[in-house]
Amino acid sequence: MKAFTFERATDVDAAVASSAKPGARFIAGGTNLLDLMKVEVEKPAHLIDISRLPLRDIAETPEGDLTVGALVSNTDLAAHPKVRERYPMLARAVVNGASAQLRNQATTGGNLLQRTRCPYFYDVAKSCNKRTPGAGCSALQGINRMTAVLGGSDACIAAHPSDMAVALMALEATIETKGGSKGGRKIAIADFYRLPGDTPHRETNLEPGELIVSVALPPPPAGQQTYRKVRDRASYAFALVSVAAILDLDADKRVRGARLALGGVGTMPWRALDAEKGMVGAEAGDKAFAAAGAVAMAGARGRGGNDFKIPLAKRVVARTFAGLATSISKG
Amino acid sequence: MATVIGMPIDRIDGPAKVTGKAIYAADVGADKPVFGAIATATIAYGSIKSIDASEARRQPGVLLVWTHENAPAQAPWVPKAEDPFARPKPQLDSKKIQYYGQPVALVVATTFEAAREAAALIDVTYEKGEGVFDLENAGKDTKTPKQDNVGKPAASKVGDVDMAMRTGFVSVDETYKTPYQNHNQMEPHASTAIWDGDKLTVHCAVQLVESAHACIATTLKLPPEKVEIVAEFIGGGFGGKLPVYGDAILAGLAARELKRPVRVVLTRQQMAHVTTHRGASVQRVRLAAQRDGTLTAIAHESLAQTARADDFVEPIVASTRSLYAAPNRFTQQRTAVLDLPIPGSMRAPGEAIGLLALEQAIDELAVKLDMDPIALRLKNEPKDDPEKHIPFSTRNLVACLQQGADRFGWNKRNPKPGANRQGQWLVGMGVAAAIRGNFLRKAEAKVTMTSAKTATVEMDMTDIGTGSYTIFAQIAAETLDIPVEAVTVKLGHSSYPDTPGSGGSFGASSCGAALLDACQKLKARLDKGEGPQGLTAMGKAAPGDDYKKYAQFAYGAHFAEVGVDADTGEVRLRRMLGVFDAGRILNAKTARSQLIGGMIWGVSSALYEEQPLDLRFGSFMSVDLANYHVPVHADIPSVEAATLKEFDRHANALGSKGVGELGICGAGAAVANAVYNACGARVREYPITVDKILPALS
Repeated sequence: MKAFTFERATDVDAAVASSAKPGARFIAGGTNLLDLMKVEVEKPAHLIDISRLPLRDIAETPEGDLTVGALVSNTDLAAHPKVRERYPMLARAVVNGASAQLRNQATTGGNLLQRTRCPYFYDVAKSCNKRTPGAGCSALQGINRMTAVLGGSDACIAAHPSDMAVALMALEATIETKGGSKGGRKIAIADFYRLPGDTPHRETNLEPGELIVSVALPPPPAGQQTYRKVRDRASYAFALVSVAAILDLDADKRVRGARLALGGVGTMPWRALDAEKGMVGAEAGDKAFAAAGAVAMAGARGRGGNDFKIPLAKRVVARTFAGLATSISKG
Repeated sequence: MATVIGMPIDRIDGPAKVTGKAIYAADVGADKPVFGAIATATIAYGSIKSIDASEARRQPGVLLVWTHENAPAQAPWVPKAEDPFARPKPQLDSKKIQYYGQPVALVVATTFEAAREAAALIDVTYEKGEGVFDLENAGKDTKTPKQDNVGKPAASKVGDVDMAMRTGFVSVDETYKTPYQNHNQMEPHASTAIWDGDKLTVHCAVQLVESAHACIATTLKLPPEKVEIVAEFIGGGFGGKLPVYGDAILAGLAARELKRPVRVVLTRQQMAHVTTHRGASVQRVRLAAQRDGTLTAIAHESLAQTARADDFVEPIVASTRSLYAAPNRFTQQRTAVLDLPIPGSMRAPGEAIGLLALEQAIDELAVKLDMDPIALRLKNEPKDDPEKHIPFSTRNLVACLQQGADRFGWNKRNPKPGANRQGQWLVGMGVAAAIRGNFLRKAEAKVTMTSAKTATVEMDMTDIGTGSYTIFAQIAAETLDIPVEAVTVKLGHSSYPDTPGSGGSFGASSCGAALLDACQKLKARLDKGEGPQGLTAMGKAAPGDDYKKYAQFAYGAHFAEVGVDADTGEVRLRRMLGVFDAGRILNAKTARSQLIGGMIWGVSSALYEEQPLDLRFGSFMSVDLANYHVPVHADIPSVEAATLKEFDRHANALGSKGVGELGICGAGAAVANAVYNACGARVREYPITVDKILPALS
């Protein structure tokens, strides 16, 4: 680990001001950053500890949004009564991530910014475009079972690891920041992440020094919602495929509205808008749900080890909507 | 005399472990210790062209940087020795790189962080050669060794398997693959070396104190009496701490150089390459049988990895020679000499992966015969060892299978795959047999009456988490007729009497029998009125003729029930039962822990565990515990182990056999067979993950 200087920020403005220092990084829970520092993938010269800033509240706004402070722990987010009642897919997604110990430590803002677990990204002896732009991608022809099939490029196929962010995509959350060139702004989560293209080292549209202070959840859309994660073991494993789905049916069991986002398959948390649109008006049933899976994965490209994710994701999408339809019909 | 041996008493070292009073090698207190960090090679084959450590040397706090250019002279490595773990293990002694992750430099600094950062700053340029990494395409590096690593013949042949395969009513001819695996002990390999005058003490995480003592003294060219090895507590061994590694050698050398305590700990990532692993294997099993299930042929051939840097021939097919009767038999163990890290023993070397293949093949034969897989096994129960034609010392596989079947509710199993659907889950049951060779090694023990009613036991044996401390206290307490609390057990110092240490499941029996002998001698003298205060006796154990006259194995039967998600192919264990025959049980509680620990590892090898190898680099790619999957609590809802009441008088004076490795043997095959029964997917390439099941689901 490279030596670094450390300060504890006293307020948000001070934290943002300190971020101008060379090589500065914010640290909150540290569950990902410290791991990366130990293997020298991350080598910050200066750490700004934001963990004691007053960003731990979950509150309702007059407009009916729920705002979640950036430092709300994953555990507290998943356990909050309003989250469980109104956004059950989010609660499920969060408790399906990591382990209890990590969720106690990890924060909402940090979870959004966690980095891929692609083994070549973690191994500084192997080339990786995300770590060293232009160095080449070792995963394309390597051990790539866990990599993405959607959104990849010839520069990078690293999968985004977050479960929480997949649910936030489906829920159309908004990320509020301070600092940066505008002094702070609201970014729709759909505009937050970037595809790797030929700049896979740039994962989000945050500017240098821009600090996430909260995440706003709009009122949930009508319908039943859930989060289904398929993984290699029953807990503490990254998704092979995960699905955040919302289904709303009318009295004739036709789809009135649907939301669909996927994890484990994309280079970013993946919203499947075309699949959602294609379902509206269709009769709820295997045909429509299978079509949704097919549309969601239409642009998928396997690289050998991850080929299985394409048929698997189709099945999980169909199965998850079928489960929601059954649940709705049971009332 | 009260019965103490066998009682399920709590570990006597338990309170020390859970309160932090049990001190492990990396935590040993020392006067102003300094910290070593190892830098490792990033190529698998070739040599160091140049090494620039100037930046590392300039770092604040750095006290010493060694590379092959300036490391102290050490005894040279030797390819073969009677005790391979006692061989010299010189470090940084050559520019030659023989495997990815080989140590290339040591940095010692005043803080751990400084040492680690400086180690990362060492700039090595390599002359890269073309290594051979692919087990199945090793060409001329594929060898047919004469012996396996325990000295048994690598091949055996009886009758004519080819003819039997042609004429059998049914036959199975399938190939199974098992992946590379790492031990991934909770405690990393760690050493604290303390130099005092002309004497070196190395606290290290090793299973074999006597071998480590010889290795470290020889390597450092020190007189044996000037070296003390201490390993009082070890956080998991599993075979991966049989050898000594660079942490111990380099800590010792640096402590001598700097004249102050030096601590060296491997990182989790380094453990994957620096220490031994279980080699991958490709196994072909051929079986032929008559219509009634009588086996007419068993053939088991295995190809496994060994390393250019050191040879290890895992005895994957050895126990196949003794498991079932059949007139025509063939076994062969081949190796591919690869430029990869060195493979070695990992919990039940041989059987652990050999039975993953053989016991799945038996299940496949049962399906072809439309016969219950337990009935098929019972049908082929041998009267004596099928190849050596000597009696078994004891053998209760039949009882294990039958009692297990009753307890598990085997009669509720529908033999038709996919027939039992419960909601989204396809539910199935599987069975497999366990066999594990039983060994005894030469051991000595010392027992001393420290007062009229208290005794102290001394051995250089280790407790690698198995319960050694506790069973020795029980043996001494029962034999001397004193309470368990009155016995102090001292282990893990090389100055104590010599034992074989922990390995091959021989520790409890070998050391326990030596201790029993010591305690019986002491008791006889006490009964004559000698002592008691200060009275001492030495005891011994060694394998006698009964190890030649009798085939000695421990046995078991595993029963597993799994659910397979009908849509996704996710496999989840529902319950598991093992019934075992391991001779006399020395402590029912610690034995159960050993057995269920082995069974859980069997589940792991069936469903989760794999160390992927990148063939371009010759490097392993799952080098942390987030990506190297072992079961978590949620994966293991219910695992039970039961033992038969047994006493093997041919094994040793205690009548015990090893239990440390028995639980893993066959466990994974029971899970694989349950997966087949659940959903019809016959996956012959372990681990059985979603991607391999998916094609079989409708």
